[in-house]
Amino acid sequence: MQCDEVIWKTIAHNFCSYKVKTTTQNFCRNEYNVTGLCNKQSCPLANSRYATVREHEGKLYLYMKTIERAHTPAKMWERVRLSRNYAQALEQIDKELIYWPEFSIHKCKQRMTKQTQYLIRMRKLQLKPRPQLIGVKKKIERREARREAKAEAAARLDQNIEKELLERLKKGVYGTDAIVNEKQSAFVGALDRLADQGELDVDEIEDEDEDMEEDEEMEMEEEDEDGFEREFVSDVSDDEDEDVMDVEDAAEFASGDSESSEESDEDVNQAQARKIQMLAKAAAKKDKRRARVEVEYETEQTPRDAQSHW
Amino acid sequence: MPATDPNDIKNKMKRSDVVNRLKAEKARAKLKRRQRIAKEEEENPALKEERLKENVPKTLENMREMDETVVGENDEEVFEEEETDEFKQYFADGVQPKIMVTTSKRASANVYEFAEEFVSIFPDAELIKRGSQFEIKRIVELAIKRNYTDIAVINEDKKQPNAITLIHLPHGPTAHFKLSSIRLNKDIRGHGKVGPQKPELILNNFTTRLGHTIGRFFAALFPHVPEFQGRQVATFHNQRDFIFFRRHRYIFKNGERCDLQELGPRFTLKLRWLQKGTFDTRFGEYEWMHKPELDTSRRRFFL
Repeated sequence: MQCDEVIWKTIAHNFCSYKVKTTTQNFCRNEYNVTGLCNKQSCPLANSRYATVREHEGKLYLYMKTIERAHTPAKMWERVRLSRNYAQALEQIDKELIYWPEFSIHKCKQRMTKQTQYLIRMRKLQLKPRPQLIGVKKKIERREARREAKAEAAARLDQNIEKELLERLKKGVYGTDAIVNEKQSAFVGALDRLADQGELDVDEIEDEDEDMEEDEEMEMEEEDEDGFEREFVSDVSDDEDEDVMDVEDAAEFASGDSESSEESDEDVNQAQARKIQMLAKAAAKKDKRRARVEVEYETEQTPRDAQSHW
Repeated sequence: MPATDPNDIKNKMKRSDVVNRLKAEKARAKLKRRQRIAKEEEENPALKEERLKENVPKTLENMREMDETVVGENDEEVFEEEETDEFKQYFADGVQPKIMVTTSKRASANVYEFAEEFVSIFPDAELIKRGSQFEIKRIVELAIKRNYTDIAVINEDKKQPNAITLIHLPHGPTAHFKLSSIRLNKDIRGHGKVGPQKPELILNNFTTRLGHTIGRFFAALFPHVPEFQGRQVATFHNQRDFIFFRRHRYIFKNGERCDLQELGPRFTLKLRWLQKGTFDTRFGEYEWMHKPELDTSRRRFFL
């Protein structure tokens, strides 16, 4: 019934469903194969005496085939649970496979070693937190993107934020003397006070809008008509900041101009002052040094002439 | 000829003629009606008020399904609860926030770019590179030792930031948000330059008990006293469970108008889960978790 030689001849020369052929070597897929190679010694089918080690749910078992039970394939393999302790397991193999060929003992031990190592590695990985992969649900993502866009439109964010800020302003969250929240006239007043104290904050001026600046200057000019001389004085040196210099120059120009032509009409005066401001600003942007040369209004030159000298 | 359905006319030219004529008639009638109403309302403004009162559009907001956890204005129970929650040390004891922002392991350049802007939102935050050795639980332990009050972990997928986990220290809670619609400062038209001042905070529409917790979470990330001279405001606006973040610089015009200039970044958050205690996905107790079953009605919102 069981004839190793016949079986092996068939497997080697004809067909075996466990055999995997490659160009260099043939492998075996049979789970009981102790080496994984397709040769006569390690073929679990063509050997009536065969031993192997297998892992089942993290436990190692030594499997031994006894050919006397070949007529009941369900009971053909006898299995022994191996100890979790590696040294003890080796001893167990030695004990169980006493009088077996050296090849079987050696290969079983090799396989057991390999399996012990991968079990240790598995346990270690299990303890380590690993990123969990989650499927991408395209339909849900698309739906959420659509709902998000609609929610954003419904939120009317800018209007809501503005409303909230104005409410806070009305509640007086920003205090009464906070510069940012006052009316424009009060804002200018506060600037003047700061200028008098010599602690004008550079950031404040920088941040204001252009039109706001112009408005302030207009108002200041009107006040200058009354004969008060005003100047912005800052502790920041001119070279440090362009924008600050713009404002200062403009203010100086405005005050100087209003002094020289006090008798002239208000409108004309303002128009002139504005023109000069613009020129001064343009010049300051072109070149800082030249702008400062131009500021020498003691020479009674009109700025237009001064510009033509360059 | 009796008025017929233009669809019954077989000649296309004729049909379109008729359709156009009917359309024009309809439009004319509508215009006349509106003009008449405008005239009547000009004489009697009460009519307009009445019409506007009746004419309220149906929106998801006003048709929202009742949520029994919505916190009323004088809900003593909730306020008492909040006095003793995990954010007590910020609100009651006045502890300054100190935030650690980090990324997932081996983060890509895009994530760092976003993380840098994210850090700039919070005056007390710093970006710390994540080593490949550090698990979040370990980071939590280290951060508690170094007196951090919050950790933000930015997660990425396909080299784009896609989620943020916020962990409040030392006793939690932990919130996980989906992150979408990111626009960095440089991508926003007409954006401003961010100043060093501490910003104000606006929290809008966090109404339910869960929403309150999330709102307190965000509030505890910002310093207690803002610096108003910076005129910067950070907003977390909740609309239909999407939390929109925006940052602006504002200016008041004559005390009646408020002008805004946007300072980036902008992004949208959506709560995925809220957990009691610090980060523990295995044994942690989830206070709330988004599940597909919860999405059965589009009129139910949780924040």
